[in-house]
Amino acid sequence: MPDETTENKVTEVSDVPEATDVPESTVEALDTVERSDTEAAKAAEHVLAAVEPTVGVSKPDPILVVDDVQRRFGGMTAVDVDHLEVQRGVITALIGPNGAGKTTFFNLLTGFDKPNQGSWAFEGKPLGGVSAAKVARNGMVRTFQLTKALSRLTVLQNMLLAAMGNPGENLFGSLVKPLWAGTEKKNTEKALEILARFKLDAKKDDFAGSLSGGQRKLLEMARALMTDPTMIMLDEPMAGVNPALVQSLLHHIQALRDDGMTVLFVEHDMHAVRHISDWVVVMAEGKIVAEGPPKSVMQDQAVVDAYLGAHHDTDLGDDSLLDPAVLARLEAEEEKR
Amino acid sequence: MELSRILTQALAELIAPTTAAIALAAIGLNLHFGFTGLLNMGQAGFMLLGAYGFGIATISGAPFWLALLISLAAGALFALILGAPTLQLRGDYLAIVTISAAEIIRMLGRATVFQEYTGGAAGLTGGSFKSTFQELSFLPAPPERGAFGPLEYVFTGSDSWWTRLFAWAVVLIAVVFVWLLTRSPWGRVLKGIREDEDAVRALGKNVFSYKMQALVLGGMCGSLAGMLYVLPRSVAPDAMGRSLTFFAWTVLLLGGAATLFGPVLGSMLFYAVYMLLRAGMREGLEGVVSATMVEQIGGLLVGVTLMLLVIFRPQGILGNKKELAFDAR
Repeated sequence: MPDETTENKVTEVSDVPEATDVPESTVEALDTVERSDTEAAKAAEHVLAAVEPTVGVSKPDPILVVDDVQRRFGGMTAVDVDHLEVQRGVITALIGPNGAGKTTFFNLLTGFDKPNQGSWAFEGKPLGGVSAAKVARNGMVRTFQLTKALSRLTVLQNMLLAAMGNPGENLFGSLVKPLWAGTEKKNTEKALEILARFKLDAKKDDFAGSLSGGQRKLLEMARALMTDPTMIMLDEPMAGVNPALVQSLLHHIQALRDDGMTVLFVEHDMHAVRHISDWVVVMAEGKIVAEGPPKSVMQDQAVVDAYLGAHHDTDLGDDSLLDPAVLARLEAEEEKR
Repeated sequence: MELSRILTQALAELIAPTTAAIALAAIGLNLHFGFTGLLNMGQAGFMLLGAYGFGIATISGAPFWLALLISLAAGALFALILGAPTLQLRGDYLAIVTISAAEIIRMLGRATVFQEYTGGAAGLTGGSFKSTFQELSFLPAPPERGAFGPLEYVFTGSDSWWTRLFAWAVVLIAVVFVWLLTRSPWGRVLKGIREDEDAVRALGKNVFSYKMQALVLGGMCGSLAGMLYVLPRSVAPDAMGRSLTFFAWTVLLLGGAATLFGPVLGSMLFYAVYMLLRAGMREGLEGVVSATMVEQIGGLLVGVTLMLLVIFRPQGILGNKKELAFDAR
């Protein structure tokens, strides 16, 4: 569980806390994040320890299985994933440099975009070609890289909107209040409980548009929880959030797993995923180039190449590059990749 | 003397059937724009269709309530046809399609091809379709007249107390209906769609279906408003063109979009001030400007008012300024 000091910052971001525990940068903030030591965290680590860290490896209990998904924009193939399995009940991070196709892949999985080919199954149910709304109703709920708080609705209304199966959301049911008043009351209790966990309960009657960027991220996550998802998909949850809030966000993400949810999140910053994820999938140029536990996958040559370029240690000012023989060797290396 | 006559005229506009009709049309627009964020630029088309539906059905012998249902069904059908291809797309497309579809309806109404039914450019004369409505009246039969303060009308007839009573009763029912809808979780989904439809989609709601429901309900308000609009006059396609749409928009923005009573208050205020302006100009500038010019200047002022409203008071009279401050789109 997150400690008191980090949690307080959620609501008091503008305050000036004691100088000693304010992280100066995001990297520093991430370094102080500790992996939660709950049963769920240990179980996740244990079960994945037995999995071979190779691309497309099968997992003991996959919740999401992706096969041969391709998305092309004109001549450019943005996503080309042969096989991917996502283990149930763990935090899987999807990382890769900018333009690797992570968000496109995410949009495909959640029904916000249609692939040119391919299929995927969520809990054994094929979800290819299913509308975004149906994907969410099946228990796979996403958030967005650019936060989509519903500005002119209050924080509580944002939460209540997310609840599923409210009879008052039917046109004819909505006219008769007794039909939905009970559900509404139950949902309000649940919403307040979740808001309290995210330290947003004091803001429940404020318009969502008045929240800070970080609070909107929290609200979006809280709102996703209102749908009782089995799998939660976070698109760059840390983007544009101040370092103090990053810690608490990461705690919240771990808490999702500890509550039994499966988390898949996109991030381009390798630091962010190192501490909290149980499994890391690396994408580059639309393909999955590596997957494995966070500690080892960062050492993978394919990952280093993806992030830094295969010849990042070649000195461009080196005169030997003028030698045709050396150039030919480098080109041959490039061909092989 | 002149002043009191002008004021009486303005007062009469407050409760005029036309005021009620435009209030209802604006209530429909409010469902579209205020709550769902749909840009319907062709509300006059819905109105004209509703007027034709009622008029033609009555002329071919339908009883009043059946004709009313046909009028509503015409609006609903029009909304379905316009919504099906455009509601999947970005909002602007609906605006373009509705504005041109409304013009198409007006052109078809004028066309000689359907003259047999629509009466062409001349339209349907009032006497031909109002008998069933006036037979419904429980007020004293004409030529019995009644006065309420300075206002005096026949009890039953075209420009009568009965028409006013009926029109405002319909508006009242519509307000209650909108109140029931918008306080409910259904209304909350609409507001969510207005803010960001992708976010609502990601939460498992069928956005297209909700937008369609809003478009159909607002369109039905529009067609019913068209029926009210022609009760004290004839069905004339050219009287229900683009300017009527913009009157309805001005009324909505004046009263306040996304508010319950905004359209009603806006309509009353709009028509009272509009009448005050024109009557005042007719009296005060007599000999300086002609009567036709007064009408044109009046129309011009409506346009200027609409612009000033959008720029300086986009929330209207009843709207919440704070709420609007977050409109960052």
